[in-house]
Amino acid sequence: MSGSFAVFARELKLAWSGGGGAALPVGFFAAAASMTPFAVGSDTIALQTAGPGVIWIALALSSLLPMERLFQADLEDGTLDAYASSGVGMEGIALAKTLAHWIATGIPLALVSPILWIMLQGAPEASGLVAGAALVGSLAFFFFGSIGAALAAGMRRGGLLIALVTLPLYVPTMIFGAATLDAAASGGDWLGPLMLTGSAALFGIATSPFGAAMALRTAID
Amino acid sequence: MAVMSFFANPHRFMAASKWPAWIFTALGVALVAFGVWRGLLAPEDHQQDERARMMFVHVPAMWLSLFAYAFMVGASLISFVWRHAIADVAAKSAAPIGAVFTAIGLMTGSIWGYTTWGTWWEWGDARLVSVLVLFFIYLGYIAVWQAMETPQKAARAASILCLVGAVNIPIIHFSVEWFAVLHQQSTFMTTDDKATAEFKIPMYISALGYLALFGGLTLMNMRAEIMRTRAEMLLQRRQAAD
Repeated sequence: MSGSFAVFARELKLAWSGGGGAALPVGFFAAAASMTPFAVGSDTIALQTAGPGVIWIALALSSLLPMERLFQADLEDGTLDAYASSGVGMEGIALAKTLAHWIATGIPLALVSPILWIMLQGAPEASGLVAGAALVGSLAFFFFGSIGAALAAGMRRGGLLIALVTLPLYVPTMIFGAATLDAAASGGDWLGPLMLTGSAALFGIATSPFGAAMALRTAID
Repeated sequence: MAVMSFFANPHRFMAASKWPAWIFTALGVALVAFGVWRGLLAPEDHQQDERARMMFVHVPAMWLSLFAYAFMVGASLISFVWRHAIADVAAKSAAPIGAVFTAIGLMTGSIWGYTTWGTWWEWGDARLVSVLVLFFIYLGYIAVWQAMETPQKAARAASILCLVGAVNIPIIHFSVEWFAVLHQQSTFMTTDDKATAEFKIPMYISALGYLALFGGLTLMNMRAEIMRTRAEMLLQRRQAAD
């Protein structure tokens, strides 16, 4: 357990000290969501209708961006081999790394989401709820994505493969999260969909480290 | 167990599968043809919907799309736990066939939807949407096999993905159902309770044919895969000798 914690602390430090680790995904998130009015039109009602879905799709795609390097860098420079021989279970390492990257990138994404929400003519009162849903949703996206990241770690051009493998696993989170934002926009009952989004995140945290660990053990063989 | 270790040897597998591959395929073609013919000639019942005849193609394809995935999950489990070479080949060979059955099911379902609901695609129908997700999972699985450098690593990665899919498919299915309930605009007629024996029997015959066809084609694909591996090894040996 303390081993996993050490990995977690190291990853967190690396993600922060490098500087701008979150800048690229956050920039992509903002840019992708800002494209909406050009496609949908600047009409307020149209933007309010499309907004929740667009923000959620952009969040899912932005969560995919860091996945390509999540394990690949550590595999290339031998860190993963060192981890493997350290006696810490690979499951713990997958959990620690994914959680650290979510803190470094997922939380900034969630913090930006209310700004995009308001830009797409969402009700400002719902900002807190949008950020909360994005926080829980990105947690689910990161953990389901970690399986694809681990599978593609050994490939040179694994980015597209990660997307193809991971997007079907994103379906439940996509449905529940977008439904939460829809409810927030229409003033409906948002607690139910939000709790379902949370359950998707918890399921991802509970199961995906095992899948990722199996894939990582294959990669370092 | 004994059967499993017996077939771990590719030579024994090749010897044992030579005739069954052809027999199953021929049996499958014959049964599907018979089932469809019987279905098309089923007595005309004016109470019965003519569109139901689509079911002789559609329903068995849907069953097989799930059966093929279940087969791949079984093979992947064997491959993952015992590192069984033939199980790897079996899972790999079944995937494109399962994907084609899924595509046939999606297309016929879409055509049926057009004649029944007046739309080619209905996001409110949970079954249609979750089968689409299943199709994407098939594509991802096939892509993993092609993207890995060594066949051994590809086999491990693909079996992990197959098992991850097996855990997630029920959850995806239920979430899509929830989505459909949320967005459903009208209630659809989906039960086939009224299907009479004239319709059920050809459908079962056709389904049996699909199953035989799946077995035969998978065996052929497996044999081709093993021959390809052998050819590559021969080529490498020849290059090494030069």
